[in-house]
Amino acid sequence: MHNKTIKELSTLLHAKQVSATELTRHYLDRIAASGHNAFLDVNEELSLAQARAADERLAAGLAGPLTGIPIAHKDIFVTRGWRSTAASKMLGNYVSPFDATVVGKFADAGMVTLGKLNCDEFAMGSSNENSAFGAVRNPWDALAVPGGSSGGSAAAVAARLAPAATGTDTGGSIRQPAAFCGITGIKPTYGRVSRFGMIAFASSLDQGGPMARTAEDCALLLNEMAGFDERDSTSLTVEQGNVREDFARDLHQPLTGLRIGVPKEYFGEGLAADVEQAVRAALDEFVKLGATLVEISLPKTALSIPVYYIIAPAEASSNLSRFDGVRYGYRAPEYTDLQDMYKKTRAQGFGKEVQRRIMVGTYVLCHGYYDAYYVQAQKIRRLIADDFQAAFRDKCDVIMGPVAPTVAWDLGAKADDPVANYLADIFTLSTSLAGLPGMSIPVGFGQGEKNAKRPVGLQIIGNYFAEAKLLNIAHQYQQVTDWHQRAPDGV
Amino acid sequence: MQWEVVIGLENHVQLTTNSKIFSGSSIRFGAEPNTQASPVDLALPGVLPVMNRGAVERAIRFGLAVGAKIAPQSVFARKNYFYPDLPKGYQISQFEDPVVQGGTLTFAFEKDGKLQTKTVNLTRAHLEEDAGKSLHEDYAGMSGIDLNRAGTPLLEIVSEPEMRSAAEAVAYAKALHALVMWLGVCDGNMQEGSFRCDVNVSVRPLGQQEFGTRCEIKNLNSFRFMEEAIHYEVRRQIELIEDGGKVQQATRLWDPDKKETRAMRSKEDAQDYRYFPDPDLPPLTISEDWIERVRAGMPELPAAMRARFTGDYGLPEYDALILTSSQAMATYYEAVVAKAGKDNAKAAANWMMGEVSSALNRAGVDIAESPVEASQLALLLKRIADGTINNKAAKEVFAAMWEAKSEDEHLADVIIEQKDLKQTSDVGALEAIVDEVLAANAKSVEQYRAGKEAAINALIGQTMKASKGKANPAQVTELLKKKLAG
Amino acid sequence: MSLTLSDVKRIANLAQLDMDEAHAEIALNELNGIFALAEQMQAVDTSGVAPLSQPLSAIMAQPLRLRDDVVTEENRREDYQAPAPKAQDGLYLVPKVIE
Repeated sequence: MHNKTIKELSTLLHAKQVSATELTRHYLDRIAASGHNAFLDVNEELSLAQARAADERLAAGLAGPLTGIPIAHKDIFVTRGWRSTAASKMLGNYVSPFDATVVGKFADAGMVTLGKLNCDEFAMGSSNENSAFGAVRNPWDALAVPGGSSGGSAAAVAARLAPAATGTDTGGSIRQPAAFCGITGIKPTYGRVSRFGMIAFASSLDQGGPMARTAEDCALLLNEMAGFDERDSTSLTVEQGNVREDFARDLHQPLTGLRIGVPKEYFGEGLAADVEQAVRAALDEFVKLGATLVEISLPKTALSIPVYYIIAPAEASSNLSRFDGVRYGYRAPEYTDLQDMYKKTRAQGFGKEVQRRIMVGTYVLCHGYYDAYYVQAQKIRRLIADDFQAAFRDKCDVIMGPVAPTVAWDLGAKADDPVANYLADIFTLSTSLAGLPGMSIPVGFGQGEKNAKRPVGLQIIGNYFAEAKLLNIAHQYQQVTDWHQRAPDGV
Repeated sequence: MQWEVVIGLENHVQLTTNSKIFSGSSIRFGAEPNTQASPVDLALPGVLPVMNRGAVERAIRFGLAVGAKIAPQSVFARKNYFYPDLPKGYQISQFEDPVVQGGTLTFAFEKDGKLQTKTVNLTRAHLEEDAGKSLHEDYAGMSGIDLNRAGTPLLEIVSEPEMRSAAEAVAYAKALHALVMWLGVCDGNMQEGSFRCDVNVSVRPLGQQEFGTRCEIKNLNSFRFMEEAIHYEVRRQIELIEDGGKVQQATRLWDPDKKETRAMRSKEDAQDYRYFPDPDLPPLTISEDWIERVRAGMPELPAAMRARFTGDYGLPEYDALILTSSQAMATYYEAVVAKAGKDNAKAAANWMMGEVSSALNRAGVDIAESPVEASQLALLLKRIADGTINNKAAKEVFAAMWEAKSEDEHLADVIIEQKDLKQTSDVGALEAIVDEVLAANAKSVEQYRAGKEAAINALIGQTMKASKGKANPAQVTELLKKKLAG
Repeated sequence: MSLTLSDVKRIANLAQLDMDEAHAEIALNELNGIFALAEQMQAVDTSGVAPLSQPLSAIMAQPLRLRDDVVTEENRREDYQAPAPKAQDGLYLVPKVIE
């Protein structure tokens, strides 16, 4: 049952061959039995109550395509009923008085919430080791990281603990864990999915998206997830192109004549040979499907690392100032005065990486450094966006390359080396800086005794609002390959 | 040494919207603590700001009123600092590109007993959110935080440092206070903090070009405090410098009880606000078309009204300024002139700045609550003009009208009747009086006939007195001359 | 350009993060490592380039959307204050605020 896709489960539910309650019970049992530390909060009563409601809708014939399908939410989305911690001690016991827009949309569609998923603290990290509640284990290899920051989401889907999960992507946080765990995930165009109720990391970069096993499932999820939200001033309006559309409409379009841009900067030194081989093999597969490969150049790719690691921390340092121990969340048990309360609360409540980024962000916004760092970074950001526009205008319809330079690394391997972690984000950052949609699909595994069990992801980048096309491309590939059907041992 | 005082003002004006600047919470004053604090106001995890159109509309209205530039695009920035009444750890404000840029404000003030007018340049006015309140009564050694006020829309109006005395500064603040109420963008309630003044004060040797080090005085919630605080601060700074000390740039608080300013231990000490554009809010865009729609809905502005008063009514600039110092005053004046006629416009102005104002001051009431209605005053002015009563009698009538608190349109006539104050034009009766006076004052008569013309004044006085003030002075003079000549 | 220990302490103070000598030393090295990365930015010629703070404004006008001025929130103090570390009489309690 848990190897079925959302599409298949939906058919079974509507045919009454399985009930939402049975399905939910099944996944709750798998979650209880799992040892991946993917979930931070589960509330069986609440989940089962939602399942019963879904069964009533199904019985009453009021069900939509997702009614009764279980889903788990990254613990960056706030939820009534389940704790919302952002994987931080700062919010250890925090329960939100309202639901994130995305959580509400899925609930309205009749989906059943299974619980909240582990991630890097405040979504800051690419290994999920920055969680205050312990690292998540990669279902393919317990010694490997699941990637981050949406590591719990990717692991849960890969381990079949949930057929669907939400993720958030600020600099690759959906695409990279999807790649490391061999699943499918898409980061939509910035502004497509409401940020209301998403605990902010870097406001001008954060974007929620669906994670599942197939492109088709992601399309079905995105249909409910995307759309204008008046509570988010950066949410794109219908007039601005955020029209309600069926992201599955083009899934079956052939790829004949598709021009795929292959940035040479994505295949330079630093790219592991086994990853390159898997990615090149995937590109060949697309040629067989009728696409042509065009070499392109994205010259600012390397610059995207410093640009991102200036802009994101700057916004984060300000976004995280609200965590001061006054209105909610952690407050240090002992302090001498107000200042001391602030300082101890924040030093004890935030983890290492979060404090590191607050320090960086605070510094680059300081008088005297602001222009040289923050403003300069925002200018280069425009140049990066322009490079993409030039490529889409003159050379190609989509861009493909690796999601990450290597397969998942060992737990602890980069734990105390921030720079090494940042460098590994090189292929996903520029897409986020430009606000473009990008997705990751499984295209094989690494090589050698250690990497052979560790998945490789292909990144597909499209122009603004091209989600339907990305999903079409991914779906066509998944019709002729079975990487997305592979399951880790013991599943 | 001769010192010159340099003053600039920053006014925080609470806008008259229904809801907060970035949330749908009410801004009603005096609610139970934290009952008007929504998730956005409390900065709960996951919330985002959405801008209130009403606040922008009011900023445009103010900008147009002071002839400022309304920025077609302005940017909201985050001002980062930690304080318990600031839930997000940053205030959403405007830094580099404010919505209102430039503008001027003209006001009247008294200098060496003479009334003068002055025009001060405005630097800018920008939109921002207010903070909450720290209540200092003790909660077992702790402070209580009420966030009802957090997110209340403010327009911060900044003047150039162009004022040179406490009197000028207070006059500027009063004019600004009147204007924002005139425009309906602020209720002007200073006790509730709807109109707050921060004053930047510095001194420099007369003639010196560069400014001295300034201190900012906060917490001035009345014009009187403002005046006292400036006087105190100026004295403090001058004494400090003359004793060889240096003024330290600082924020100081006015203590109304001790009547002194004291340095504030503030969040601003060695602060770096790390301003940057708020990524949650795209730039505020204001179309020409919107500006024109706001312009169309504006009340007639004091400046335009002043021009009309000097033009149509032929009033001196100063009169026009006083009469437009508040909307209530201007409305009353217009009503009087409407009834009494343009010919009485100047007389009406004199009466409003004279009898009416002093009566209001004595009673401590606003023109809007004047017991004498505009139409009643208008009739009184007509009676003076048509010679029914003379000025002296008119003042007596006005005093009676003030006491009467009647709504009778013809109150003036009624009182003139009751008190029998009509001027007598009955020549026969007057001649009789004059004859008596001439007979009783042979000395003056002699002097006059001897060529001492001034002597006639005594006779006029006597006659007026004998007529109980009812005689028409012109008529009396004429009659006396005739008889003395004969 | 590289930071000094006093920079680190000043930043920690601005960010309200308690940091002892030992941690400041570690932070100093980490931050200098990160800012070494940032140096390559300074070589880029960005004259005449406008900063891009809203990604989609690279391709479209994004005027700020405005809300109608209506009260939509009711009093839910009990809910909202439930997670407060310390509250009394509807007020959030903090160590004495001295002005």
